[in-house]
Amino acid sequence: MKKRKTIGAMITIFAVLLGILWLIPLIWLIGTAFSVPSFHMTLFPTTSFTLDNIKYVWNAIPFGTYYINTLILVVCTFAVQFVTSTMAAYALGVLDFKGSALVFAVIFMQIIIPNDVLITPNFMTLSEMKLVDTKIGMMLPFYGSALAIFLLRQHFKSIPRALAEAARIDGATTWQTIWRVYMPCAKPAYLSFAVISVSYHWNNYLWPLIVTNSPANRTLTVGLAIFAKSKEANMQWANVCAAAFIIIIPLLLAFFVAQKQFMSSFVSAGIKE
Amino acid sequence: MKTYTRKQRELKKNLVGWLLVAPSLAFMTCFTVWPIFRSIYLSLTKYRMGMAKPEWIGFENYMNLFQSSLFWKVMGNTLFFALITIVPSMVVGLFLATIVNRKSRLTGFVRTAYFYPVIMPMIAIASIWMFIYMAKNGLWDQFLVSLGRKPMNVLSSKKTVLPAMAVMYVWKEAGYLMVFFLSGIQSISEEVNEAARIDGAGSWTIFRRITLPLLAPTFLFVSTIALTNSFKLVDHVVIMTEGAPNNASTLLLYYIYQQGFTNFNYGVSSALTTVMLLLLMVVALPRFLSQDKKIHYN
Amino acid sequence: MRKKIALLTAASLLASVVALSGCGGGGAAPTQAAGGAEKTEAKAESADAGSDSKEALHLTFYYPVNVGGSAAQLIENLCNDFNAENPDIVVEPVYTGNYDDTVTKLQTAVQGGTPPEVFVSLATQRFTMASTGMAMPLDDLIAADPDGQEYIDDFLPGFMEDSYVDGQIYSIPFQRSTMVMFYNKDAFKEVGLDPEKPPTTWDEVVEYGQKLTNDNRYGVGLALNSGSAQWAFTGFCLQNSENGENLMTEDGKAVMFDTPGNIEALQFWLDLQNKYEIMAPGIVQWTDLPTQFLAGEVAMIYHTTGNMANISQNAEFEFGTCFLPGGKRQAAPTGGGNFYISNGLSEDRVQAAWKFIRFMTEPERAAQWSLDTGYVATRQTCFETDLMKNYYEELPQAKVAYEQIDIAKPELTTYNAAEIWRILNDNIQSAVVGDATPEEALKAAQEQATEVLAEYQ
Repeated sequence: MKKRKTIGAMITIFAVLLGILWLIPLIWLIGTAFSVPSFHMTLFPTTSFTLDNIKYVWNAIPFGTYYINTLILVVCTFAVQFVTSTMAAYALGVLDFKGSALVFAVIFMQIIIPNDVLITPNFMTLSEMKLVDTKIGMMLPFYGSALAIFLLRQHFKSIPRALAEAARIDGATTWQTIWRVYMPCAKPAYLSFAVISVSYHWNNYLWPLIVTNSPANRTLTVGLAIFAKSKEANMQWANVCAAAFIIIIPLLLAFFVAQKQFMSSFVSAGIKE
Repeated sequence: MKTYTRKQRELKKNLVGWLLVAPSLAFMTCFTVWPIFRSIYLSLTKYRMGMAKPEWIGFENYMNLFQSSLFWKVMGNTLFFALITIVPSMVVGLFLATIVNRKSRLTGFVRTAYFYPVIMPMIAIASIWMFIYMAKNGLWDQFLVSLGRKPMNVLSSKKTVLPAMAVMYVWKEAGYLMVFFLSGIQSISEEVNEAARIDGAGSWTIFRRITLPLLAPTFLFVSTIALTNSFKLVDHVVIMTEGAPNNASTLLLYYIYQQGFTNFNYGVSSALTTVMLLLLMVVALPRFLSQDKKIHYN
Repeated sequence: MRKKIALLTAASLLASVVALSGCGGGGAAPTQAAGGAEKTEAKAESADAGSDSKEALHLTFYYPVNVGGSAAQLIENLCNDFNAENPDIVVEPVYTGNYDDTVTKLQTAVQGGTPPEVFVSLATQRFTMASTGMAMPLDDLIAADPDGQEYIDDFLPGFMEDSYVDGQIYSIPFQRSTMVMFYNKDAFKEVGLDPEKPPTTWDEVVEYGQKLTNDNRYGVGLALNSGSAQWAFTGFCLQNSENGENLMTEDGKAVMFDTPGNIEALQFWLDLQNKYEIMAPGIVQWTDLPTQFLAGEVAMIYHTTGNMANISQNAEFEFGTCFLPGGKRQAAPTGGGNFYISNGLSEDRVQAAWKFIRFMTEPERAAQWSLDTGYVATRQTCFETDLMKNYYEELPQAKVAYEQIDIAKPELTTYNAAEIWRILNDNIQSAVVGDATPEEALKAAQEQATEVLAEYQ
């Protein structure tokens, strides 16, 4: 028994050490973002504290616009997905209509083939629609979300039919049934999907990069990449760290506050995928 | 309210069903189904920027690709990178899950520490790690120098560039896989473990004989996710190396991007996309076969 | 009930139609710039609200920044000056990243039907710009301008040289640079070298480099990453070719990568790394090199004059600049960006764009731009301004670049420039990392490039 306890303690110590190792890039990022740049990188800052890096990048990059763009992207995408996926999930999970197998086939296709792979043909479609360099163009391919439909359908199916029947006998229409019965019951699924959708679109890079041309539409990730890749010289890292800090902080804080929700969301999205 | 015959009710149900899926279906058709067929069609044409119309050339794009050593190098890189990211990140993920599953006051802290990279954008991570890996003055090389070793400049050597990227990716991805293993472990009933313990089995035996076999479905599932994820990974190449040195770090999706959006050679880019589609379908096959029935009939 | 269904039908169909409307069209994509495309709303929104008169012409201007200093801010200021001076035109500058990113963004903008009216791109992109129909020839504008010919003749011939495609002018020099050597005078003194006598030949580079190299410092620094290696390589090839030939023919349709002189040049790079061990092994990034120089970790670097401002502001030691040392002769590559005007614009937009280019390249302004950034001023009359004279007196290091233009030649410029660059860079890297000998590498590059260029023969 004693032996088991020492092993347990050792594992705990190891787990903590590993955790600290995992945190090193973040520690370094924050330390560098807030200290005077020097020629050699060190794990912990050796120079004095400063806000100059943050100030410099905030002025050099129109972060205000990028923040707003990213927020619009994230919110609007989720809002549309919310509506379209609820409708489809209800149809597929409750109605059992003829020909739904075809819809399942399309859903499977999207689950197997991520949007990132189809950048070339999707860009062509978008340019034919004259939607290059628009916010709507950035969102459009994500409006139909197989993942969301699946997640919600799974939840809808577990809701007893009797509830819906009761509502129908009270004279509720399809809309009202969805609104009053199904949506309230599926709150956890909506929450999970919200976390997944928001963090995906906050972090997405390749598609917004291809679609946007002007700062009026650029997202945070595209702005950061342009900055990090520009050939500005001389101890750039302090500035890039500052810029990265500005971008990651909202999601990181949200995660620290609601880490359980984040993790369970990722699990449910994955398992049901 | 009028009463409907059974046939009318059935008809109405089908109609409403189709109407409800119509918007989702339309978007998915437009941006998932249609582009797949379009890629296949364009892959059989010569089509570059400045041409008014694609020009039918049959399988020439594929012939050229299959004969080019660069294409095979890229395929090799893609598979090698998948291998060296998936295996370690699954092992590390499982390992993290087992330590996080223990009851301890520090569990919350370590779980947060392992998971936070998952929600950071790859772009930010790559920008930061680029400096960690930077020649001579970077964190890693400085660390080596402080140990009295020579700096490695890992991103500039064909031998180390993909492994270095893989280390970064394992760091980012292990926490993600951890939560799947964690939920898999937690779904194993405590009674089974308890019974084994009464029979005198040690922790390691329980892990090997009970936990691992029961996690088999989780393994299958996690490996397909990890494989798909590794194929669609490209942001870090754009930021860190742009494929250097000598395409040692060019991955398939980056090659698609480069052909499509730097060289503006849509024909070749589409042929590569088609290859990628095939690859993804092969990866998804086991999952599709094992889940197909459940989804249609349950 | 029936009404509800009808409503539902309408809503769903509407959504579907919106989504599907883009899917039609078949294979015929609008690849050419769609005329004077109507500007998207997004563009109008973001336009400068200050000068929002109704008749004002909105021009979008894409520009890259490739060097240190806050060049982006300077461009914004210049545009504001232009807008103040021309109330009927609003130029909206759009920073599009580095040169490569800018080309990508230009092409996606053209594909999307909203090309910028005026843009800065590498001079080496001109064949691509002409053959894809992205940029327009400027000869008619020059002819119509009262002092057009005079204006063109005023540009330094070394820069004007790479503005032509098939005898027509497609671009106007703007942020032009050349590669010079920056060296650390303190380090020279430390090892007993005369700080006023920088190396002039490859042999001297080796000799000095060996003296300057120690445990903490390399003698020589060259950036060999993709997008930089080919520039330096042009220089070394010009220095070593039989009669000073460049890497390509003037019409941009053929390349000469695998000549004996070029193979020697590439071998020289490898020797610097492996035989003499006076240059860092592997690939050093373009962006890291100035930092290493400023940190005293490398004593002589090959870099752009565009970094002059950065280095002179941050060097904590005395530094000098000099012509690139020669093999058979001294020579250097020019590089940098030119102004282009998009194809297919309406006449008033073309005129406005031309006005903007003339404004940006006025002698005083070009001189100031050179001072602020380190780029070489592009026009002869720039060097007659007091501004320029005083600058060279204060910072004699900057003058080297101007003087070197006489022996400088354009960098690698061909059709399908991005692809050809990539081919040369990849193969140079394959020699650097030891996958191939210099001869094998350059032979492979020659073969691959010839294949790409075959369709232009």
